[in-house]
Amino acid sequence: MPLIEVHGLQAWYGRRRILHGVDFSVGAGEIRVIMGGSGSGKSTLLRHLIGLQRPRAGSVRIFGVDLGRASERELLDVRRKIGVSFQGGALLTSLSVGENVALPLREHTRLDESTIRIMSRLKLEVVNLGGFQDLMPSQLSGGMVKRAALARAIVMDPRLLFFDEPSAGLDPVVAAELDELILRLRDALRMTIVVVTHELESAFKIADTITVLDQGEILMTGAADAVRASPNTRIQDLLNRRPRAVQVDADTYLKRLTGEEA
Amino acid sequence: MKTVAVALDRIGRASLGSLSGVGHAAVLLFDALRFSVAGWRIGQPLRPGAVARQMREIGVDALPIVLLLGFTVGLMLGIQFIASLSAFGAQSQVIVAVAKSVTREFGALITAILVAGRSGSALAARIGSMSVSQEIDALAVIGIEPVRYLVAPALVAMLVMLPALTIFANAAALVGAALYSAPALDISVGSYLLRTFSLLDPGDIWQGLSKSFVFALLITLIGVSTGFSVRGGAEGVGRATTRAVVLAICWIVVVDMVFSFFINR
Repeated sequence: MPLIEVHGLQAWYGRRRILHGVDFSVGAGEIRVIMGGSGSGKSTLLRHLIGLQRPRAGSVRIFGVDLGRASERELLDVRRKIGVSFQGGALLTSLSVGENVALPLREHTRLDESTIRIMSRLKLEVVNLGGFQDLMPSQLSGGMVKRAALARAIVMDPRLLFFDEPSAGLDPVVAAELDELILRLRDALRMTIVVVTHELESAFKIADTITVLDQGEILMTGAADAVRASPNTRIQDLLNRRPRAVQVDADTYLKRLTGEEA
Repeated sequence: MKTVAVALDRIGRASLGSLSGVGHAAVLLFDALRFSVAGWRIGQPLRPGAVARQMREIGVDALPIVLLLGFTVGLMLGIQFIASLSAFGAQSQVIVAVAKSVTREFGALITAILVAGRSGSALAARIGSMSVSQEIDALAVIGIEPVRYLVAPALVAMLVMLPALTIFANAAALVGAALYSAPALDISVGSYLLRTFSLLDPGDIWQGLSKSFVFALLITLIGVSTGFSVRGGAEGVGRATTRAVVLAICWIVVVDMVFSFFINR
């Protein structure tokens, strides 16, 4: 049974439709990369997958729970089984790195303080940040912040892990290290991983399956080689970084932005 | 004609925006109360540690400045009342005038304005910057309801600490007034204070305290709702912080006037 099932998902910002009936599923143990350019709707899709936005049309099921109809308690249960690593890390700046990692354990378990400390240190070691627990997030580099956020995301041993643009803003070496870490997590901890990215190199390196999203619709889902060989011109434009032939003029863009365009 | 239409459009949008802001604040209040009372039922309990931290930040840390301001205001009231009442030969009435105006009005008002500037702005800035850096989203996906984690402790702490600070401000103001007025009235400071207490009735104290509960609600709700609605990065956070303080002070003064009107008719 798939861990994620999305059927006919549509999303709007104001009157502008962002997702046009998206359908896909993700099986256990898979690394699925959702790839697309800016404005393709991938961030909106991710917000629906992690329950930050409820579907207005269509459905999103995680572990069989329909997030659009889930009660607060059901949503909380789902959230305890997933981890999310945000693009900018989203560490709580008022807490130290160790406290950030320990936060889910403190909130959702009855473990004693020493066990919580040990567990959070272990997770920091998994992401190569052993010994950094007393630093504040502002004292870390961009790559370290992302790894600390990853430690927080995996501290409850989630079955399902989401990454939002994991290698964005990182230098190639650090980005490659993060890719290796994602692969290691899947292999060692048998996690199902969904990565939303526009970084092609990273996507092809880590993906078991790639879903290509463009202008709110899925162009194809397939293995990396199949995506590379796709004859679809929009996919080839994305892979070869070709600019779009049609540009939006300022008036149309403003209307879309303010939702005045039907 | 087009100018009128544009003006009407702006008025309409501003009215809708204000209504939506009031609605948002009402939802936040409802959720914060729900999590405070029954959060444990859905695995979202109000943490006493978080409330204690907020109580320290809102109340204990503000105590020195509240005492100083209360003392200064009391002293000023003493100076003003002595000067104006002596013109009518009613100098002795300064004690009742200061006592009633401090406990019914100035203690609660000055404390609320101070706390709005200090803690209301801090709430807006904290939640606003967390919103911009996706920390609010992170809390939600960790399974921590942001309202329970950020709003409920602040609301409970504010509801406890603002009235407490008001009591301290009242005391400091009365002492300030006594230090100036007692020599002018040719009595001791102790006698002045004893006279003050004999003139006050519980209704006077309660009037100020009941206002401070309402001010606590206003400061918290304006601070958090402004923080949650931040858009546009650091500049947005700065704008929200200013807006939270200005809005809170305006509402405090207006509500105070309404209270005074109805209670003292």
